[in-house]
Amino acid sequence: MSLTRADVEKVSLLGRLRLSEAELDTMTTQLTRVVGYVEQLREVNTDGIQPMAHAVEMHNVFRDDALAPSLPRDAALANAPKRDSECYRVPAVLGE
Amino acid sequence: MSLTAHSAADLLRDLAARKVSSVELVNAYAERIRRLDGQIKAFLHVDFDAALARAKEIDGRRAAGKPVGKLGGLPVAIKDVLCTQGIKTTCASKILQNFVPPYDATVVRKLKEADAVILGKTNMDEFAMGGSTENSAYFKTTNPWDTSRVPGGSSGGAAACLAAGMAPLSIGTDTGGSIRQPAAFCGVTGIKPTYGRVSRYGLVAFASSLDQIGPLGRSAEDCALLLEAIAGHDPRDSTSADLPVPEYAKSVSQPLAGLKLGLVREYFGKGLDSEIEAAVREAVKVYQSLGATVKELSMPHSKYGIATYYIIAPSEASSNLARYDGVHYGYRTDEKAMLDELAAEQKKYEAENNTKKLADLDTPLIRLYRKTRAEGFGPEVKRRIMLGTYTLSAGYYDAYYLKALKVRRLIRQDYDRAFEEVDFLVGPTTPNPAFKLGEKTDDPLAMYLEDLYTVTLNLAGLGGISLPCGFTKSGLPIGLQLQCRPFDEERLLRAAAMYQRATDWHTKRPTIGGKE
Repeated sequence: MSLTRADVEKVSLLGRLRLSEAELDTMTTQLTRVVGYVEQLREVNTDGIQPMAHAVEMHNVFRDDALAPSLPRDAALANAPKRDSECYRVPAVLGE
Repeated sequence: MSLTAHSAADLLRDLAARKVSSVELVNAYAERIRRLDGQIKAFLHVDFDAALARAKEIDGRRAAGKPVGKLGGLPVAIKDVLCTQGIKTTCASKILQNFVPPYDATVVRKLKEADAVILGKTNMDEFAMGGSTENSAYFKTTNPWDTSRVPGGSSGGAAACLAAGMAPLSIGTDTGGSIRQPAAFCGVTGIKPTYGRVSRYGLVAFASSLDQIGPLGRSAEDCALLLEAIAGHDPRDSTSADLPVPEYAKSVSQPLAGLKLGLVREYFGKGLDSEIEAAVREAVKVYQSLGATVKELSMPHSKYGIATYYIIAPSEASSNLARYDGVHYGYRTDEKAMLDELAAEQKKYEAENNTKKLADLDTPLIRLYRKTRAEGFGPEVKRRIMLGTYTLSAGYYDAYYLKALKVRRLIRQDYDRAFEEVDFLVGPTTPNPAFKLGEKTDDPLAMYLEDLYTVTLNLAGLGGISLPCGFTKSGLPIGLQLQCRPFDEERLLRAAAMYQRATDWHTKRPTIGGKE
């Protein structure tokens, strides 16, 4: 199937990317080709096959519920582009 | 012969015998990096002062008769996708250009505990997405055998620095062939361990169910040394296997008797370069002369490997890379310019009375995310985020992602059946030798198709190695791939070392920089 430019624009919002007009055009062409290629999987009969999400199918790996030191706040905030003494700062979310 | 010409295993013996010091080694490699890296561009970051200080400390300890770790003062290069505390870790992305991790990856911690000396961080495709290292946001690495060609990727810097004699050991990562393919292109040895063999804690995630850290070296023996130092269970990575780590370095020189090799019919089909095919078939004969039996077999789903991989890997990537939001760490777009832009758009749509556009207008926070990511990510990363977001989105999830997960199981079942009959699968690592810089950058799908012999191993979660097995007429290295059962690296390394004792391809060096 072919992706439309509108599809690509919608996906760019879902993926939190802002693409230029030129990028939207290139991306539409390139994604259409790749999606067209991966569609060959349709010819594979997968009736009754369990999906395999992970190479090592482990479940419920538990550890002791013991206290251990975690990353100090200042170290966690050290790489923030904008911060105050205890929080990350972002543009106002709820308006002025 | 200069110091940098020796194998890591030989250097380690000389270090232990105090015939050479770690400081002398660091100086020798630093000299080659200063002389050659302007051309090769394998390193994103080097710190010789720190390396020398560390080497001096290890030498001092050895001189005082105190215990020294398994890597005893050997220098090592680290792909810039592993967190190094206090040392910038960029993933070759602009979005992490100033990121200084507050902690070490488990592999980095283990390397330090083993007394390895970190020389620097190596170049790669941005976030390990690519097969040529051309997707680095900083610069392109060249192939030491022919600097007009790519070193492969995504661990291109990791392989190129070894081939050019700028490091004796190197750490890479492999999500779809990113250790094995550059090892093949650069004429070095590289292992992708079984999923779970090495902790991924502190490895910047690309596709979490496929990513695995592994060693690159100039021989299987060198890889054995490095794998032994980094492998093992880690409570911080719940997917790491709780299994004992064999003494790879000790056992690697023991040959295997009664070896059964599987020759996969599908690996020798259309698209395989004839010189590579000839070299691989010659390597199989070497194994036969060493007593191996060879059985031809079929892996009927291997042809779906690329399609399956290019759904699963981008899907996981689109989710993993959601963390780059310009808030927690890394690059953030100019906030004032972003707010001004948004205000101007609002004004324009109000004037036009365009209610649809007004309703769709991003909130400031959403626009902050979108502009930050648009400016911080390169084209290939954007492409994969888009692809993954699409294949996971409502209405397409079943048709693409879920379908790919089912085919993934069929691919794994092909392997399970094959390994009931043979010990290892043998074949080419890549269909073609190293290509020219720029040759495939305009055609993402053509670039993806080059991964056909490597991606299925990651999908199945098994182990594999690429080792040099010849050269094309034009002098480009050819890689032989062996694939093994889960957690069978010990025998995989022994099988590779057997071949390397019978041949000398792995000892060949490019002419760059003159005779070492």
